[in-house]
Amino acid sequence: MRPFVLATALVAFASPVFAGKAFVSNERGNTITVVNTETWEVETEFFGGNRPRGITVSPDGTKLYVCASDDNIVRVFDTTTYEELPSLPSGPDPELFIIEPSGERLYIANEDDNLVTVTNTNTRQVLAEVPVGVEPEGMGMSPDAKWVVNTSETTNMAHFISTEDYSIKHNVLVDQRPRYAQYTADGTRLYVSSEIGGTVTVMDIAEDGAPTVVGKLTFEVPGVLPEWLQPVGVKVTSDGSRVFVALGPANRVAVVDGETLEVLDYILVGQRVWQLDFTADEKYLISTNGNSNDITVIDVEKEEAIKSVQVGQQPWGVVTIKD
Amino acid sequence: MKVALTLLASVLFFVGASPAFAIDVRAAVLRVDYQTLLPLSRYDVRPDDLGFAGAALADQDNNTTGSFMGHNYETVQVSTTPDDADAALDAILADGIRLIVVLARAEDLLRLTDRAAEQGALVFNAQAPDMALRDTDCRAGLLHTSLSYGMKADAVAQFAIWKKWTDWLLVHGSNPADVAMADAFRNAANKFGARIVEEREFEDTGGSRRTDSGHVMVQKQLPVFMQGAKDHDAVIAADATNYFAGFLPYHLWTPRPVMGSGGLVPVNFHGAHEAYGATQFQTRFDELTRRYVRSEDFNVWLALRVVGEAVTRANTADPMGVLDYAMSDAFELAAFKGQKVTFRNWNGQIRQPVLLYDGMLTVSVSPQEGFLHQTSPLDTMGLDRPESNCTAFN
Repeated sequence: MRPFVLATALVAFASPVFAGKAFVSNERGNTITVVNTETWEVETEFFGGNRPRGITVSPDGTKLYVCASDDNIVRVFDTTTYEELPSLPSGPDPELFIIEPSGERLYIANEDDNLVTVTNTNTRQVLAEVPVGVEPEGMGMSPDAKWVVNTSETTNMAHFISTEDYSIKHNVLVDQRPRYAQYTADGTRLYVSSEIGGTVTVMDIAEDGAPTVVGKLTFEVPGVLPEWLQPVGVKVTSDGSRVFVALGPANRVAVVDGETLEVLDYILVGQRVWQLDFTADEKYLISTNGNSNDITVIDVEKEEAIKSVQVGQQPWGVVTIKD
Repeated sequence: MKVALTLLASVLFFVGASPAFAIDVRAAVLRVDYQTLLPLSRYDVRPDDLGFAGAALADQDNNTTGSFMGHNYETVQVSTTPDDADAALDAILADGIRLIVVLARAEDLLRLTDRAAEQGALVFNAQAPDMALRDTDCRAGLLHTSLSYGMKADAVAQFAIWKKWTDWLLVHGSNPADVAMADAFRNAANKFGARIVEEREFEDTGGSRRTDSGHVMVQKQLPVFMQGAKDHDAVIAADATNYFAGFLPYHLWTPRPVMGSGGLVPVNFHGAHEAYGATQFQTRFDELTRRYVRSEDFNVWLALRVVGEAVTRANTADPMGVLDYAMSDAFELAAFKGQKVTFRNWNGQIRQPVLLYDGMLTVSVSPQEGFLHQTSPLDTMGLDRPESNCTAFN
């Protein structure tokens, strides 16, 4: 009798009903790996389209959106059954995107066409195409959903697009190859990472959405060539106190004080660390490590790596949901 | 730290939605076409738009950025013979253009540079690999986006040392360019501790090239030429004129890896390079030009992107303004090579990684791990500051 009870308890514990999930896009493996964020075990892996990169979920957590770059569409999956749902038009070579809090409009960066495409997720229609700089990549959205910030890698600008009329209202030059744009939860600050410039530009955002550059994060790790400190993914805790910056081939995630803008620590993770996402409770931060084919789990409070989990080939992006 | 921040802030521009400074940027690509024999492989036949295609893409890229800044870019493309080159340059200068990318051999390049300098123009060398251009023959108005023989040879040498292939058999051609390239390999061996156990010259007798009988003759002649050499780890080929090294890899007497002008070749860029986000460059280039990119195209693109950066960041299209910005500490440019490229302020050479290419893939990228340098690992390749005899930038 006793072993039976124990088994039941274990099954209940491992059941996905209570656990959150992380979805990892594997750029070269063309798959999505599903990781249980309680046990940190891989639950499954399924076909995610050709060259899946940007990955996000609908605000209600039921739909998974994947930029299938080589298919020139956004693929959609059910986050419970992993069944593929009808795709969304994205424009050519979608790389990264951002969804508005209502879940209606998806803003997609088209890397090959110097465009940001706006797609309605319900009607599955393209609402607008916004011409931006060369090689658009990073996509950030202000918490009030009034602004979308796109970064263009070869033009080296952050373009501030109004979600009201889809026109660019501000352009800010940043350092070489801007990759990612991240607002703080209160919307008063924006971080833009520059991969080749090796910096993160910090902007204060006024009430009316206008940006002012107030500083720049720089990085330095003893024994690592400065050329390899290449900021890519950026995430900020909801209280704004900590900024985590993935440093690409430096294989580290920088921990930055959101107040003083000082780098406090570097957390060693897997190889070629690319994108980041918090679990819903913000207890953990997950990094995708493209060259070691794994993700690293970082304990946010302790600011240390606690585990790495093998996923598919060349993990690129990550998004989490709570079940 | 405070100083650094202030400095950085000064190069950051806040750009409003309405263009503040309208600038029309006019540049030219001047390509001197020489009478040459067909290359060994028809894959290497020069496309008609060689170099110009890079300019077309650069204009497209710069104009996209320019649309947010009120800057407009236009690059004139001129091809000419060596005899008509001076007149072609004069026409470009008469047109008011002072930013000129030149694809020419060293001798013509120098003459054209000096002629252009009289009118205050800035010249970019997008082709000539000669060391003297970066050394005793350097010019203050001449920047180099092309690789030098020294950078290429050092890139190969570092890879060979990393592989522990330290004993080299150096085979070079008999033309002046081949001899110059061989010099660079001797220097590289010295610099990184390889040993040239033996040297051989494969004389250019003007034999058949890619005709039907070409490979039959080669199969008999080359192994015989290569036999009886001292023990060696690798064959280093210096064949800048491209008449025999392409055949070396499978026609040796002793089977060894071939590097240099055959086998593993150091290049600035190639159409299969995908790392560091280069796929996007390739798809843009392919779509615009309907062919794969060559190093010459990339060199021209790079030169015009340097101009674009100066215009975007320093608000100047004046040749001396571009030069000043390019040579300043503020200048940096992403070039799909994994790290920013910058200029050596002692001789105007752009410092950049070198791709080691086997005809299909990027096999490796130099500088190799472990080759250290007090300022930049990129300066382990080519003429470093203490070696340079260039005084034009002082």
